[in-house]
Amino acid sequence: MFRKLHDPGQAALRVYIDGVAVPAEAGESVAAVLLRQEAVWSRLTPVKGSKRAPYCLMGVCFDCLAEVDGVGSVQTCLTTVQDGMRIARQRGKRSLGA
Amino acid sequence: MKADVIVIGGGTVGAAIAYGLAQRQQHVIVLDGDDRDHRAARANFGLVWVQGKGTNMPEYQLWSRRSCERWADFSKGLLDITGQDLHLEQKGGLVFCLGDAEFEARRTTLQKLHNQLGGEPADCEMIDRSELERIMPGVAFGSEVYGASLGHRDGHANPLRLLSALHAGIQRLGGTIVSATLVEKIQSNSSGFTLGAGLENYVAPRIVIAAGLGSQKLGALVGLDVPLRPQRGQILVTERFVPILPLPCSGLRQTREGTVMIGATQEDVGLDAATTAVAAAKLSTRALRIIPALATATLVRQWAGLRVLTPDGCPVYAQSESHPGAFVALCHSGVTLAAVHAETIAQAVIDGSLPSSLDVFHQRRFDVPEAA
Ligand SMILES: Cc1cc2nc3c(=O)[nH]c(=O)nc-3n(C[C@H](O)[C@H](O)[C@H](O)COP(=O)(O)OP(=O)(O)OC[C@H]3O[C@@H](n4cnc5c(N)ncnc54)[C@H](O)[C@@H]3O)c2cc1C
Ligand code: FES
Repeated sequence: MFRKLHDPGQAALRVYIDGVAVPAEAGESVAAVLLRQEAVWSRLTPVKGSKRAPYCLMGVCFDCLAEVDGVGSVQTCLTTVQDGMRIARQRGKRSLGA
Repeated sequence: MKADVIVIGGGTVGAAIAYGLAQRQQHVIVLDGDDRDHRAARANFGLVWVQGKGTNMPEYQLWSRRSCERWADFSKGLLDITGQDLHLEQKGGLVFCLGDAEFEARRTTLQKLHNQLGGEPADCEMIDRSELERIMPGVAFGSEVYGASLGHRDGHANPLRLLSALHAGIQRLGGTIVSATLVEKIQSNSSGFTLGAGLENYVAPRIVIAAGLGSQKLGALVGLDVPLRPQRGQILVTERFVPILPLPCSGLRQTREGTVMIGATQEDVGLDAATTAVAAAKLSTRALRIIPALATATLVRQWAGLRVLTPDGCPVYAQSESHPGAFVALCHSGVTLAAVHAETIAQAVIDGSLPSSLDVFHQRRFDVPEAA
């Protein structure tokens, strides 16, 4: 799968994906972090429940939706990582509160 | 091309009648205009609805009731023939009232309608906020929600699935749908009608004009003058959510796929199907007063369609006196009425006369000069 080519050094930070701490780099998108994981998917589709991963990386395909800090259906390719961010792969439809 | 019956217009109304004709062993051709036509069937909200219909014409209320009663069988028939599930649910439907003034006004309207029905049992009741919370558990209503009217026969279905299933059904039963075919001429002689569309001619002893807003022009060719006006309706659609609205509501319904539809405006702007920011603001403001949590919802689409309205908003069904064999069928609520269109109207076209119970829907009611 994808891997980082350089060591982020000073820019290294940590986010959580489905509760697991993973390394990230300041300035990169949440989608980029998701693409480096072994389980590369970001969401399950709402009707058929099939897996989707970040695809266009420019905000048009909506395949990269995930829950970020409690907010559902966030386009992770348009969201920059923050230290300590909590990301959850989105399983199907969003619930109204989230 | 020749047929037993030609239906002009392949929207929900024309397609439902054509489907009923095909089910009754008629060889039917549907001629369906241009992709750039205004097409209400592709823009509507999907309510299968009785509540509040027919003030000043109680027969319209009863006609809608009958269609709602027939809808489950109708939908099952389409499923059997086409394999398409129309997502029909008929567990009741709500009209929300914000504040007690709206609540009382709604009660008065429904009471008036009930009185006009002369003895028919009511199928609607006013329910207060606590009852609303009981039947819609898990919905956090806005503080202004005072109550609602609950129509026991109301429900909803997926209107695009309906249209596509009707088209599939017609073809499965041997009918023909010719798209991109705008009828321009209608000639009649002793053996029937010849319809001219482009270079092609279509011939049949009976025709049904169900061409939505295009019907006025066509009707005039065969002595069926029906005044029509467009009314714009705009709708907003959210992303998909887990089920939040167990019942459809006028103006707010959640589809089986999970999207929430918010609509529809009623605007008299002529043949203009544009979407506007002012409508989006108005629709979302009211939706948020009902369910504040919708504020975080992502809107994925906004669209507009033009309703097909007669002067009194009630349907028109008639056969031409000058050109017998030519019928017209026009209405606003083509989804709701699809079941009776496929049964009663289709059968009437075959019989060559509309049942007398449908006399009230003749457009001659608009000929009566208004009292000075
Ligand atoms: C915003 C909105 C919300 C609605 N909500 C509901 C609802 O919740 N429940 C409900 O029951 N109904 C609803 N409706 C109404 C419903 O959509 C219509 O009753 C129904 O679609 C009307 O169908 P129709 O077949 O008469 O017209 P259309 O769908 O307009 O079809 C007419 C067809 O005739 C064709 N045509 C026109 N001229 C010619 C010609 N000269 N030759 C050949 N073909 C021609 C056109 O191309 C078109 O395909 C709504 C409508 C709108 C606009
Ligand atoms: S990857 Fe396509 S919208 Fe994010």
